[in-house]
Order: sequence, then C-alpha cells, then structure tokens
Amino acid sequence: MRPEDRRVVVTGIGAITPLGHTVRETWEALLAGRSGIGPITQFDPVNVATSFAGEVRGWDPESVIIKREARRLDRSAQLFIGAAQQALDDAGLDFVEDESDSDRAGVIVGSGLGGMLSFDTQLKVMISRGARRISPLAVTMIIPNEAAGVASIRFNMRGPVTCVVTACAASANAIGDAAEIIRRGAADVMLAGGAEATICEFGIGAFNRSRALSTRNDDPRRASRPFDLNRDGFVMSEGGACVILEDRKRALARGARVYGEVVGYGMTSDAYHVTLPRPGGSGAAKSMKAALEDAGLNPGQLDYINAHGTSTKANDVTETMAIKHALGENAARSVPVSSTKSMTGHLMGGAGAIESIFCLLAMVSGVLPPTINYETPDPDCDLDYVPNEAREARVEYSMTNSFGFGGHNVSLIFGPADA
Amino acid sequence: MDRSQVQSKMQDLLVDELGLDASKINDSATFEEDLEVDSLGVVELLMALEDEFGVRIPDEEAENITSVGEAVNLVIAKLG
Repeated sequence: MRPEDRRVVVTGIGAITPLGHTVRETWEALLAGRSGIGPITQFDPVNVATSFAGEVRGWDPESVIIKREARRLDRSAQLFIGAAQQALDDAGLDFVEDESDSDRAGVIVGSGLGGMLSFDTQLKVMISRGARRISPLAVTMIIPNEAAGVASIRFNMRGPVTCVVTACAASANAIGDAAEIIRRGAADVMLAGGAEATICEFGIGAFNRSRALSTRNDDPRRASRPFDLNRDGFVMSEGGACVILEDRKRALARGARVYGEVVGYGMTSDAYHVTLPRPGGSGAAKSMKAALEDAGLNPGQLDYINAHGTSTKANDVTETMAIKHALGENAARSVPVSSTKSMTGHLMGGAGAIESIFCLLAMVSGVLPPTINYETPDPDCDLDYVPNEAREARVEYSMTNSFGFGGHNVSLIFGPADA
Repeated sequence: MDRSQVQSKMQDLLVDELGLDASKINDSATFEEDLEVDSLGVVELLMALEDEFGVRIPDEEAENITSVGEAVNLVIAKLG
C-alpha cells in the first residue's frame, strides 16, 4: 500500500467510443455484448484490404467545442476534448470557474499516431495542389501533443502537461505517469487518457501492410474475436477516453465520488521486436509483476483482468502465457480475463484509458464485461475469458494490460474506493 | 466585381470558414483585436480568398493585412 499522504483516486470518467457517445452508453452496450464494429463510412475503402472498423458515428464535435475551435482540431483531439469535458463534469471540477488550483492541475494525453487524419488530408492537398496550399493549421493538427496542449488551454490546467507516445500502450502510460506525478506531489489533479482517430486510407492501408488487421470483411461484427482459435488480427477503432486522477485527501475533503484507487503501475519493454511480442511473454509478465509489487498485492488478490487481448494470433497466446507466468498457474486459472476489444475494437492510443474505465466500472457495478465472438477455443489460450456473456462478480482489485508496437508493456491495477 | 460584392464574399468566408460572428464584421474591424483571428487564421482566410477570387496573394503582401477593409482592398487590387 502507498503511504497515506499521497494516494491517487479516480473521481471522474469520460468516453466517446464506437459503442456510445458517453461512458454510460458504452458500458451498457458492453454488458449487452454488442459489437461497435461495422463497414467503414469515413472513406471509400476500395483500395485497402480491410473494409470495416469501429467508427464513432453521429457524434457532433460542435456539441462540445464551438465551431471556430473545433475546425482547428484533428478528430483525435476533438474526441479527447469531448471525453475530457465529460470527465471533468463528472468529477465536478472546473478550473476556469475556480482558478485557485489551476497551477496544481495537469494533463497527460496518450496518442499512437497523432493527427493522422489531418496528415492524410494535408498530404493529399500538397500532392494535388502544391506545398503552398498546405493549411497553416497542419502542424498543430498533426503534432501528437495537440490534445494535451488544447486541453490545458481549454480547461485552464497549468501544472504538468505532457503527452505519451507509446503506440497502443500510450493512454495506460498516461494514467500511470499522471498518478506518479500526483504521488510525488507535483500536482493534485491530473486529467489523463488518450484518443485515436486513424480511420483513413493511409491508416488502414499502413496497418494492413504491417499484417496486424483482421480482414474478415464479410462479417465485421465477428471480426474482433480475442482468444478464439479463428482470430485473424485486430480491428481498428477510434475514440477518446479520459479519467480524472486526484490526490485522495483532496477528493475526500471535497466529498467527491470516488470510483477507485490507482494502486499499481508496472512498465517494462520487451527489447525484442518492434511488432512481435517476445515469445513466452516474459516482458509482459514482468510488467504485471511490477504492478502487483507496486500495489503490494499477491496474484491471488486480483479479481479481474482486462486483457490487452487484441485478437491477433501473436498477442493473445503470448498474453495468456504472460498472465500464467506473472500470476502462477493457479491464480491465472481462477481469475476472469476478458478482452473488451471484442466489442470496442482497438482504440489504440485510447485503449488503455477506456479499458481502465471498464476495470473501474466492473469494480463499482460488480459485473464483468465479456469477451464476445468466443466460439472455438484455442488450445494455447486456456484461461477463463468470460466468454460471450457478462458475469456478476465481486471485484476488489482489477488489472488492465496495454502493450504497444515498439515493445512497450504497461499494467495498471485499480483498488476499491473505500480501502 | 465591385467592392460590395467582394465585401459580401469576404463576410461569407469569415462566417463559414472561420466561424466568426457576422455582426462583428465590418471594414474597420481588425483581425487580431476586434475579431480575435490569430496569424494562422489570417493565413487561412487569405488562402480561401485566393481560391474564391482566383488571385494569388504573396506572403510578403499578406503580412501587411491587419483589417477586413485592407483584405478587401488587396483582393480588389489583385482583381485589377
């Protein structure tokens, strides 16, 4: 356990995902086992191998951000700001209204690819009309830290503000790093999360060429099938997710609603290959062990694991091995492990944050979200994956894993609000 | 094209492209102070004007533009 003086709790959550424009809509869809995946509508996918994705449909950025500001933001930053506004409202914090703590409030945003949609658009402008026609906003819309800077400006948070770029582990790092900033006393409140929006010809085409995406074009809703024998790759999604981390004493003093506590953070690198996990999963296992050690927990105390569970051949079998290695066979076999990417698809830079929110909601509501599309067991993936249907369970401690291209492994552990 | 037509097009671009409030737009309005359009916004506007009127506004001339009226005058001069 952390010393009493600097513990970090979650007091606000926000999300915009392919399953809904709020955390509530997303969570209800998740417990109903619904897929958020469908045919791509944002561009004509005729030239790419995968014609489906997890799009955020029908969300109007101008419902949150006035037009003259919204049009200056890449879609990934719009999604982050939308989720962040929800999280701040949920926490009842407004540093514009009350500036007294603005210097003690910061932001960390995780991003995989930054403003890829803007890059895709502006590159096409340059090729067709010349470099002089590149938008003066191109640079600010492409830099991966755009959302962090804009969140700081919009929400008047003037303490530590930064951006983590560790591919699909980015927003798990954002939450872990933000918690550390509060623990060491450099801030009292941190907005932490991530966003991604890469559903464009370049984004889909590039991930196709890296051999990472599912191509189950005839059945998009069943394409993301983590741990199933017939999985064939991950499903790209877009979205934003964000939590409010707060010094526990501050949160309790103001009577804030507490979802849970950040009790453990582990981070390691495979030092092996830029896309493939180290065979046997020792890097991922060490990340989980480091998080358990940070939390002061025994493996048997984990009641739920939200897996990285991408639905790629390599990840799911390696993560299964890593869980066994980290927890030991007995604890690994008894802990429920689900991959919500079976429904949300892979939010990449937003994945760690949305899956942290799912861990917190599992703890608060006592229900585990399932792994859908689990039909044919893979003999090499032999844990309890909470197949196809949500399950009631008492969850005191939960862990989420996020791994990223580059070899990054991140594990976060959340504990109960009232410990 | 006469001055009022250019003004009218300019107003449309400022409202539609930059999202400005139409009631604040007049010849003497300055971009930076009155309309709160920053330097990037002015560049955007000038690019939109180039497209709309089929003219070319070199960067060194663009740097001198501070008000709506000056931008209108520049376009009229370019249209010859």
